[in-house]
Amino acid sequence: MTGTNQATTATATYREAIKEALVEALDRDPRVFLMGEDVGRYGGCYAVTKGLLDRYGEERLRDTPLSESAFVGAGIGAALGGMRPIVEVMTVNFSLLALDQIMNNAATLRHMSGGQFEIPLVIRMATGAGRQLAAQHSHSLEGWYAHIPGIKVLAPATVEDARGMLWPALLDPNPVLIFEHADLYNSEGPLPADPAAIDIVSAKVRRPGTTLSCFTYGGSLRKALAAAEALAAEGIDMEVVDLRSLRPLDMPTILASLRRTHRALIVDEGWRSGSLSAEIAARLAEEAFYELDAPIARVCSAEVPIPYAKHLEEAAIPQPESIAAAARGLVGGKHG
Amino acid sequence: MTQTPRELPLPGREQALLLLREMLRIRRFEEKAAEVYSAQKIRGFLHLYIGEEAVAVGLISQLRAEDAIISTYREHGHALARGVEMGAIMAEMYGKQEGCSRGRGGSMHLFDARTRFYGGNAIVAGGLPLAVGLALAAKMQGQEAVTVCFFGEGAVAEGEFHESMNLAAVWKLPVLFVCENNLYAMGTALDRSESQTDLTVKAASYNVPAERVDGMDVLAVADAAQRALASIRAGDGPVFLEMRTYRFRAHSMFDAQLYRDKEEIERWKKHGPILRFQGRLREAGLLDDRDLEALEAEISREVEAAVAFAEAGTFEPIETLTKDVYAGEER
Repeated sequence: MTGTNQATTATATYREAIKEALVEALDRDPRVFLMGEDVGRYGGCYAVTKGLLDRYGEERLRDTPLSESAFVGAGIGAALGGMRPIVEVMTVNFSLLALDQIMNNAATLRHMSGGQFEIPLVIRMATGAGRQLAAQHSHSLEGWYAHIPGIKVLAPATVEDARGMLWPALLDPNPVLIFEHADLYNSEGPLPADPAAIDIVSAKVRRPGTTLSCFTYGGSLRKALAAAEALAAEGIDMEVVDLRSLRPLDMPTILASLRRTHRALIVDEGWRSGSLSAEIAARLAEEAFYELDAPIARVCSAEVPIPYAKHLEEAAIPQPESIAAAARGLVGGKHG
Repeated sequence: MTQTPRELPLPGREQALLLLREMLRIRRFEEKAAEVYSAQKIRGFLHLYIGEEAVAVGLISQLRAEDAIISTYREHGHALARGVEMGAIMAEMYGKQEGCSRGRGGSMHLFDARTRFYGGNAIVAGGLPLAVGLALAAKMQGQEAVTVCFFGEGAVAEGEFHESMNLAAVWKLPVLFVCENNLYAMGTALDRSESQTDLTVKAASYNVPAERVDGMDVLAVADAAQRALASIRAGDGPVFLEMRTYRFRAHSMFDAQLYRDKEEIERWKKHGPILRFQGRLREAGLLDDRDLEALEAEISREVEAAVAFAEAGTFEPIETLTKDVYAGEER
């Protein structure tokens, strides 16, 4: 944790942390407003914005029709016009209806106009599986967005980051996408003592270790940490690195970890083929091949649409057990 | 709103000549663009606006400096009428860094912050949500600015058209939707692609006031724009104008025009916006051969200067290829 701490550290849920961040943003800058489906009267589909309509009114808490392309595009246009919009898309699967606006406008306008226009926009959306919502509400497509030059992609995995990442994202003059893993909203953790100290550029070592490095983000961080605890009992000391920013990637931190442990395990809830995990693996191979004492390993989602039945859903995505198993396979006989 | 009356009274000589001049600037500029395209000075797509000049000129003649424009990939006319420098537009098509988008956009992506020209958008209907957002920003900041959004009739088949019309109407935003109906979405005629070919009905279904305008008559366009803008500025929400027009040239430089016959093109040309307006000015004694010659000579000089500017322009160094992908990154 960064910053100077007082006597007690307050804890909160991930949901409450995002709400606090929204309140901070709406209070600090009159140009900030939030729009999306059911963010106002309903209180947000994940109850993140409950009560905010009464506090800020319909001008700044805008319920939109179910028109993802229009309201995401309107967010881009409003940013062009001098506002600081926060656009909420219910889930990453729905964001595909707005992919035209994100890819063809948000990501291109600055460069294509020769630097004349700026899009200081934040788009928040839920991502990931774990709540038995089946194949149109459960995917992890942030890796697709991380493919696109011109946008930044963040994945807060902790309450601290859920609280602290929004404001710097709003200050950033580029379009920033924030992926909130839907399974994290009820999770609890310490709020940052000093939210202003939270950055949106660095990866962070969440658990130092010496045997191997596990690179992960978002909803998989907790699972990787759980796996690390199990492994510790076996004498395998797994370092867990939270990527935090998926684009750009903080390669110095990632490489520094690898240089300490010489073994790399990448855990990504996206599918394996053509994924963010593939990108990280390629960069490690390109930039630190001779640091590797073992082949790079990956734990990703099975290459299926995420199914409804609980046991199938659990089997489809990374779990502490599969992460631990991959780690064991990676270290072979070498412990500690 | 009602149908536009047939023949509107002419404005004063100065304003009339200004409208004619702006239409001629677009026409001569594009003829030159086609010529230098053939000489391979311009590559990529080149979508000519020839035949549709009355729409851009009539409409934009009614705008204020604070108003914003979103346009399509057929936007040379809108950019010129808005006051984007002709030389900067030509240089853009040459791919030179003196171009209005530093050579990154080309013919389809002209941008100019100074005149609030937010670009040619080459995704059909992709500009409509942006226009809604620009209008939202203006309204939330208490500005009087109107956002004008040009798009072709092909866009009405896209979901973004319907989403944007609805959103602008629900939030009563200051957007003027200008549909340039030139009858063909590339090669597909409207009646082959739409079950409802009366486009004003589509707008009306979102409670957006809609009017069909003779887009070949610059005065009719200006008149409709003036009334629409007054309504929007009064806070009454968006307006939809369907401009009935026709492009005399192919969709792009690659189009063999197999989908329409020559007679149809000739028929429309007889009612061309420049020919028609010139005729009225002559009849009214506001224009004679000498006026026209002088006008043509002046425009010819401007076009030649634009070409010279583009020719003399420089290419962006490859070292700055990735500049402005993100803010503050030089490369």
